[in-house]
Amino acid sequence: MTYVRPTFRHPELTKNKLGYSVDYYEGALSTLCAGCGHDSISAAIVQTCFEMNIEPHRIAKLSGIGCSSKTPAYFLSNSHGFNSVHGRMPSVATGANMANRDLIYLGVSGDGDTASIGMGQFVHVVRRNLNMVYIVMNNGCYGLTKGQDSATADAGSKNKSGNVNLFQSIDLASLAIELGAGFVAQSFSGDKSQLIPLIKTAIKHQGFSFINVISPCVTFNNNVGSTKSYDYVRQHIEATATIDFVPMHSEIVAKYDEGTTAHVQMHDGSSLQLNKLSPDWNPQDRLSAMNALQTAKAKGEILTGLLYMDPNSQDLHQMLETNKQPLNTLTKKELCPGADALKNINASLR
Amino acid sequence: MLTNETKVNDFVVRFANVNGTGSASANFLFTKAIFRMGIFVTPKNIFPSNIQGLPTWYEVRVSEKGYLGRREGVDLVVAVNPQSFVKDVESVRPGGYFLYDSSKKIHPELIRDDVTYLGIPLTDICSKEYTDPRQRQLFKNIVYVGALSALLDIEFNVLEGLLSDQFKGKEKLIPPNVKALQLGVEFVKQNFTYPLNIRVERRDLLGDQIMIDGNSACGLGAVYAGATVAAWYPITPSTSVVEAFSDYSDEFRTDKETGVRNVAIVQAEDELAAIGMVIGANWNGARSFTATSGPGVSLMNEFLGLAYFAEVPTVLIDVQRTGPSTGMPTRTQQSDVMEAAYASHGDTKHILLFPSTPKECFEMTAEAFDLAEQIQTPVILMTDLDLGMNDHLSMPLEWDDTREYKRGKVLSADELDQIQKFGRYLDVDGDGIPYRSIPGTHPSKGSYFTRGTSRDEYAKYTEDSDDYRKNMDRLIKKWNTSKKLVPTPFVYQQQKQSEYGFIFFGTSTYSAEEAMDMLKEEQIKIDALRLKSFPFNQEVENFIEAHEKVFVIEQNRDGQMRSLLMIELDSNPQKLISVLNYDGMPITAEQIVKQVKKNLTLSSTLNKVI
Repeated sequence: MTYVRPTFRHPELTKNKLGYSVDYYEGALSTLCAGCGHDSISAAIVQTCFEMNIEPHRIAKLSGIGCSSKTPAYFLSNSHGFNSVHGRMPSVATGANMANRDLIYLGVSGDGDTASIGMGQFVHVVRRNLNMVYIVMNNGCYGLTKGQDSATADAGSKNKSGNVNLFQSIDLASLAIELGAGFVAQSFSGDKSQLIPLIKTAIKHQGFSFINVISPCVTFNNNVGSTKSYDYVRQHIEATATIDFVPMHSEIVAKYDEGTTAHVQMHDGSSLQLNKLSPDWNPQDRLSAMNALQTAKAKGEILTGLLYMDPNSQDLHQMLETNKQPLNTLTKKELCPGADALKNINASLR
Repeated sequence: MLTNETKVNDFVVRFANVNGTGSASANFLFTKAIFRMGIFVTPKNIFPSNIQGLPTWYEVRVSEKGYLGRREGVDLVVAVNPQSFVKDVESVRPGGYFLYDSSKKIHPELIRDDVTYLGIPLTDICSKEYTDPRQRQLFKNIVYVGALSALLDIEFNVLEGLLSDQFKGKEKLIPPNVKALQLGVEFVKQNFTYPLNIRVERRDLLGDQIMIDGNSACGLGAVYAGATVAAWYPITPSTSVVEAFSDYSDEFRTDKETGVRNVAIVQAEDELAAIGMVIGANWNGARSFTATSGPGVSLMNEFLGLAYFAEVPTVLIDVQRTGPSTGMPTRTQQSDVMEAAYASHGDTKHILLFPSTPKECFEMTAEAFDLAEQIQTPVILMTDLDLGMNDHLSMPLEWDDTREYKRGKVLSADELDQIQKFGRYLDVDGDGIPYRSIPGTHPSKGSYFTRGTSRDEYAKYTEDSDDYRKNMDRLIKKWNTSKKLVPTPFVYQQQKQSEYGFIFFGTSTYSAEEAMDMLKEEQIKIDALRLKSFPFNQEVENFIEAHEKVFVIEQNRDGQMRSLLMIELDSNPQKLISVLNYDGMPITAEQIVKQVKKNLTLSSTLNKVI
């Protein structure tokens, strides 16, 4: 942990199309442990927003409680944030999104916040297909309370005190696919080259975008015997594909061998180019995605990359047929039926 | 005691039905007919937590004098549910009437010699007249309404008028209903002396009053107030608040051609999520609310603490029911007062509003949004099952088109530009209320991290004791500011007339007012104050100060409002006498008078005697 961040920036730091350099997307100094996977994910978020030329004030970042939920303070200082209560970020995000459909909603949660106390809200926000990016910084333990096993700790995984977890783990990515999420991916905090295009796609996807990121806890769950340690994850990682996010109106430059390439067209004209590493997997087929996940699991491997995507899913606003104009911009003129209408209502009640 | 004196426009009829048999609309037809004859009438639905099969009652009080509270002593029971015959016979006052379905012979043990029995073979009449089993069942109810119209002198053309209003667009349903009414009338004419000595006579007492349930008025109030996001979880007796909001939104917020809606209504997975959504939407600049009952408020406690501490406007409608725990879910009570006032851990206090009529449900719902945004805190509307789910006479709902929504201290992009350094929790105006910014307003100014953890004036996380204490003190300053913004109580007299005072709120008002009249007839004068809000304003303190004995009338066991007065105003406990009812039924004037009379000794008069 560093105590002071140097304010000096190289004057010729690259600027994006909006004229901002990457530091404009940074947040306050992290107070997490040095080497925490979460900080890498924060950095990936910063880089993503910089590269995508997003106005920071068009993003709302939301979280629950826990180490992971602290991170929105450490990225995008120029975005509004809401650090809510434990396990309840999805509901706050839902309300916020209903109020203003034009912002980008970035929810950050942890494995305790999502898979235990917040499981109810998590599954229901998936079902509603809320248009948001939901990132779980998954380290298999409760960091802030000193390392207890969480519900995503694998059965048989050993924690720092040497205790072996006896309970089955909850596989959040499988669950999200099962519940109808339109975009589901898995990644590793140590693999920015994979994470950034995934976050880009998640932001572009209209509907619920879920990324489960294995993010080792250096202090409480990085020991031998843990299945969420840096070493273990690096040794057991397997990717579905390498992924290139191609923004709208850009030329596709990546070239892969015939037969291993997949192409996913998105609603706004952006697209994904995938170089598939597992030939049987089809990113737009839910069954195939579930199969790939289960197969990897059976082999003791952690499958990362894009797992499933339905670029045409209907989000909650579309289902509720709400106005395209954000509801929080409507005024008395549009909203209040007025005194004359009330007279008619009174008359109907006599 | 047999009473044979004729009682015009002053009686109680109790319908004993089986849940799910279509009796509700027939019973409402009866009530509405009396309403249209210009007479004060108040119905109470006494229903089980069940969809079909269990006993349900519908009690209608008719009162020339305008008393709308519940009254003990039933003059006439309409008994169509053999399951509850024993209880129903018992409930008739001596000299009263027992109208029953005589298709089957009544058990001799149920015969009381101080009650007049009016047997009408409802089942037989309908079996003869109709072939469809559903019609046979439904029209039984209409036949007894027809019979009642003859027995109680209800004008037949008023009933016909109501039917034609009800079936507008489905006109072919009118004649069979009128026919069923006539069957009842005919039977009475051929078999009984009519009208009875209890009956109605047309009056013009109601002016332009309307009849509406409190929940519908709340739902409509939210539409008028400009609420655009509603999140909810179904729970009796609050469900119909959001249903009404949804229905009125279909009418007023939906583009007739495109179907596009200026509203988002989300049925949440539980009450926790419902209030979370409301907080998220309000944080993001939309007016948003939820409605629930006691068990829901219990679940929402944590979030209410967040909204209080993070200062996010929140509107919650609590339609109270009988607790604790699941309690009696379909019975009324005013027993969430303490829970709502101090909801959540840590030092928290919440603004409460207490409507007592549908008109106030409408107005106070709208006002709740203004207050929540002006004060940036949760506002809880404390209604109850009696007010929410029963139809009530009410003055017409009013809306002033010149009224603007009071959105409170929200900074626009221009205003942010003019500020050197935005401090979300900075007390700029000295009233404890800081300025807020809505996400997405300004590219580089006004963003901050909303959180339930302690922070400094610039919303930066801190564990500094001074910063923490300063913030908590500002919240109390804000609380004190709110005392000047919340509605003031209604004081019944210009000048003090008595050493005794009544304090009451919500639906206790109806019976409290009647009790005052009853006591006045016995030369006992009592001053009164009706609470409309918490925190208590100065008027409440003055009223307690000015009276030697103050009866606090409420519908819970523990005298929760009395406790709140003691805690918040430091009132002398000896002075505050609880008058309570907590059996799940609305409090009656008789209950109040009885409890008050037991306590009519003043220490000042005692001193004089000594």
